[in-house]
Amino acid sequence: MFSFCTDPAALDGLAWLSCYLTTGKHMAFYGAFGTVLLLLAITAPLALAFGFAGASAARGPAPVSWLGKGYIAIVRGVPDIAFFLFFVIALDQMFEWVRHEVKCPGWDQPIYQGNDFIVCPEAKLPLSTAPQWVHEGYGFFLAVLTFAIVFGAFAANVLYGAMRAVPRAQIETAEAYGLSQGQTFWRILVPQMWVYALPGLSNLWMVLIKATPLLFLLGVEDIVYWARELGGTKTPQFTDYPHGDWRMWYFLALLVFYLIFTRVSELVLDRIMARLTLGQATAAGERQRKAAAA
Amino acid sequence: MKTLTLTTAALALAATGALAQDTIRMGTEGAYPPYNFLNDAGEVDGFEIELGNELCARAELDCEWVTNEWDSIIPNLVSGNYDTIMAGMSITDERDEVIDFTQDYYPPTESAYVGASEDADWETGVVAAQAATIQAAHVAEGDAALIEFATPEETVAAVRNGEADAVFADYDYLRPIVEASGGELSFVGEPVPLGGGIGMGLRESDTELQETFNAAIDSMKEDGTLNEMLVKWFGEEIGQY
Repeated sequence: MFSFCTDPAALDGLAWLSCYLTTGKHMAFYGAFGTVLLLLAITAPLALAFGFAGASAARGPAPVSWLGKGYIAIVRGVPDIAFFLFFVIALDQMFEWVRHEVKCPGWDQPIYQGNDFIVCPEAKLPLSTAPQWVHEGYGFFLAVLTFAIVFGAFAANVLYGAMRAVPRAQIETAEAYGLSQGQTFWRILVPQMWVYALPGLSNLWMVLIKATPLLFLLGVEDIVYWARELGGTKTPQFTDYPHGDWRMWYFLALLVFYLIFTRVSELVLDRIMARLTLGQATAAGERQRKAAAA
Repeated sequence: MKTLTLTTAALALAATGALAQDTIRMGTEGAYPPYNFLNDAGEVDGFEIELGNELCARAELDCEWVTNEWDSIIPNLVSGNYDTIMAGMSITDERDEVIDFTQDYYPPTESAYVGASEDADWETGVVAAQAATIQAAHVAEGDAALIEFATPEETVAAVRNGEADAVFADYDYLRPIVEASGGELSFVGEPVPLGGGIGMGLRESDTELQETFNAAIDSMKEDGTLNEMLVKWFGEEIGQY
């Protein structure tokens, strides 16, 4: 990066450190922070959407509610790591199988040959000729989808509870006014449920922030992967910057990052909570009313 | 929208390219120097990378490197996420049941114990090894208590911080670490010959690719370039072809 970095062995102190911290590998490490933030930014709303759909389904009439409840029960019951190891491969194979059926009707070989999963070349996802960034983008997409499905199930459970926590009297009043079921749901139930859902959802958000190291199981190189890789002992043969086991320092940096991130999240969530509580028939809403009146 | 158009364009491009030549995706771990590791620039580097690139050049294939965690390196191969494994993977009967190997490109060598002192108890003490390796299987059969780690780095760290009495791994992985440790670590016990050498892992159905790479390895063994590469990365004492 800097002009004086050609012979790092001759440097020491700050000059050495400034060269060390700007190697291509470190740049990838800094970039990984962006990857993690991007993943969270996309996953959180998507998981919420999955959760909302799941919770709405679970409240619905019989066959639909089985679907919603089944989704919640199965995903919540399977350990995350098992989900991330096997589900992603299964998901990828399902996509490829569907494409295979559509694109290669004349294919005469079996898809499963022993342990191998073989689809026609046109059905590969991404195509084996695709550039590396397409493969990485696809891996990222699978990661987002898996995270959304897993955290969606937890969100669904939270939202399902929140929907039931809205006072029954509110629903009855809406019905008495002649609102249809859909109107009651969208205009009375949904606006009021968030205040009950938010504590649970904020918990989920915190867990999601810290679950990102699971990304590497999906082939996406995240900050914990890079911290482990960069901090590991480096012998002089394979690097210009040999050092001992520095993982502690890298993980310390991650600790600071996560603490700042969760703290900022807490502040934002507190503000949202205050906004949602406004005018609600909850203890906190009542306190707000009194404070405003005083 | 712009990205969407770009993606569609890329996909269309990729679709036409499929007729010309397929890219072979080469899976590796990127955490096992000198076999494979990430260099300062963050790119894969090492004996297997140099060898793999040369093999692809000889076979006139277009190759691309992919890193994958060791634990899931075989499932991702059979599922078709990449086409080969070059990750210091020893040829064993158990693995051969699931995947196929080319002939070995790295001769059968010894695995060794490294401890924090000369009298470290590698026979009945606690021995660290990377999970799902032939070394871990070997320790599990003996009298020592085995602790497994996901990465090679952690197995060595376990000895440094006293969690394990010794680490059991490929001799050529441990040698640079012992040399650089300044006497903190040392080899203990006798080296153990394990495995049938290291080969390139492929899907069992990919016989054509297997033959291609076998031919390329043959040609490198014949003209001595493979030996040169072995000496370059592992030093003079390495076994040669």
